[in-house]
Amino acid sequence: MTQSPTLSRRSSSSASPQPRKSRRRGADARAGYTFLLPWLLGFIALTVGPMISSLYLSFTNYNLFEAPKWIGLDNYTTLLQDERFLQSVGVTLNYVIFGTPLKLAAALAIAMLLNSKRKGQGFYRSAFYAPSLIGASVSIAIVWKAMFGDSGPVDQGLSFFGINLGGWVGNPSMTMPMMILLTVWQFGAPMVIFLAGLKQIPADLYEAASMDGAGPVRKFLNITWPMLSPVIFFNLLMETIHAFQIFASAYIISNGEGGPAGSTLFYTLYLYLRGFSDFRMGYASAMAWLLVVVVGIITLIFFKTSKSWVHYSGDSK
Amino acid sequence: MTTMATPTQPQPTKPNAPAPVYNPKSESTAVKRIKSTIFHVVALALVAMVLYPAIWMISASFKPNSEIGGANNALWSNNFSFDNFVTAMDGIGGVSTLTFFTNSLILAVGAVVGTVLSASISAYAFARINFPGRGLFFGMMIATLLLPFHVVIIPQYIVFQQLGLVDTYVPLLIGKFLAADAFFVFLMVQFMRGLPAELDEAARIDGAGHVRIFGSIMLPLMKPALISTSIFSFIWSWNDFLGPLLYLNTPEKYPLPLALRLFVDQTQSSDYGAMIAMSVLALLPVLVFFLVFQRYIVEGVSTQGLKG
Repeated sequence: MTQSPTLSRRSSSSASPQPRKSRRRGADARAGYTFLLPWLLGFIALTVGPMISSLYLSFTNYNLFEAPKWIGLDNYTTLLQDERFLQSVGVTLNYVIFGTPLKLAAALAIAMLLNSKRKGQGFYRSAFYAPSLIGASVSIAIVWKAMFGDSGPVDQGLSFFGINLGGWVGNPSMTMPMMILLTVWQFGAPMVIFLAGLKQIPADLYEAASMDGAGPVRKFLNITWPMLSPVIFFNLLMETIHAFQIFASAYIISNGEGGPAGSTLFYTLYLYLRGFSDFRMGYASAMAWLLVVVVGIITLIFFKTSKSWVHYSGDSK
Repeated sequence: MTTMATPTQPQPTKPNAPAPVYNPKSESTAVKRIKSTIFHVVALALVAMVLYPAIWMISASFKPNSEIGGANNALWSNNFSFDNFVTAMDGIGGVSTLTFFTNSLILAVGAVVGTVLSASISAYAFARINFPGRGLFFGMMIATLLLPFHVVIIPQYIVFQQLGLVDTYVPLLIGKFLAADAFFVFLMVQFMRGLPAELDEAARIDGAGHVRIFGSIMLPLMKPALISTSIFSFIWSWNDFLGPLLYLNTPEKYPLPLALRLFVDQTQSSDYGAMIAMSVLALLPVLVFFLVFQRYIVEGVSTQGLKG
């Protein structure tokens, strides 16, 4: 993923310094940085600068109105004893650990169902994809809340089968399943990516396996899974990182409070409340940095372990 | 991620014509037909399930309040009317919904213009110009794709607050003009790398500089990437909630998602119908976009790994 661009033109000029070539290289360097300017400015002013200052702020007490006061590691040690913080970590981990695999399993299953030369594939693909486009919006959060509310259609539908759960929204043990359903509902985006990956798998592999008498399970384990593993890896990484950052739906469904009983107090929601409601900017910065570190470690673990199960074409397996 | 860049082959449409003459395989065509029927039944059932929330939402938006939730949960009602939409268009807090629409539109169009300009210019540097430090910066750009952006919002807020720019659109748009959505830069870099290098070489020999090459050769060829970028940056901006929530304080400046939140806060489900009607209105442009650009959107996702 972090492959550097190929520097093919460079090799020819290394033998003897030619004035024209070097002039061109100088002009290229100037042009390069000129064209890069929009991104570079944004990178420095909106990413690197703020990252450094939030790291600094995370060691201070700052409320936006008085100068930041250096307090060392206090924010971090307080975090570890902050029950609401620990709860937000639990809620978010629950959501990531159960929601993401379920979503990807649904995406893969339906991609495999659709991966055939049947009519209507374009229609199905679009229909399944649609929720991904609107799922994170405020509108859908409102609809979700209404659907899973007391005597909403979900409650009524379940009562029909004799399951009386009442409204999910007000029940602390049902809000997580509700949020997970909301993310699983948006399986369409990874599904479309899986589908593109499945189409790249040569059909003769399956034919050969059939001749050898392999059943669907063997075919899936020995052909589909390894051939698709780079796509699975990509989806898993992106969806996991994405899941950590859920905000709008949690905010709307819980009226910006993370309730009931803190059951929807997602990490980013708690960060927002601390930073922009209590104006404890230093504390919120410490939370933000912890998130960066955790996501960084998870990314690293993903990349490290990927060597054992992700096969890129050209690899000797 | 680079594996995503391979375009999907257009699917050969093969009409499955059953052979009219008798052959021992005719049974398998019958089996095939049954299998195909089962496939469509299963797939359609799944579609109905997946689209149910959207259908429910549209149905509820036309129902009187008394029929939303409670005992009457049928999708069809004999009392369908536009009343909820009339109420929803009145807006909230003395601001008409039309104003919220306009605000959303200003922000979304600004986001599209800014993103297309800045991302294409920056991508040209990454994809087509050789300069020292390119590999390093490219790696950093990729790294920002994975960075949780919450780490930058607090200092950004502090700076914009000190500059007196809170409650303006500047904080919401400036990032778009500075290619802060690295995803689009990456998308365009990938696209430009796919264009033959001979194009620039030939233009250089003819004496064209980078500005000419970029403006008159690259940009016209990049149309598909520019269209994907425009569609997605429009929709992302249209649905964005956290940015406006942080920076905007006066309802006159609210885009739709924030107005919706205000609506929820103030009516507290006393007017369910109007609330859902307004949710429908807020999604309408996205749905229209989706219906019109369906192909582009789904192809964009499958070839570039764009998320929704």
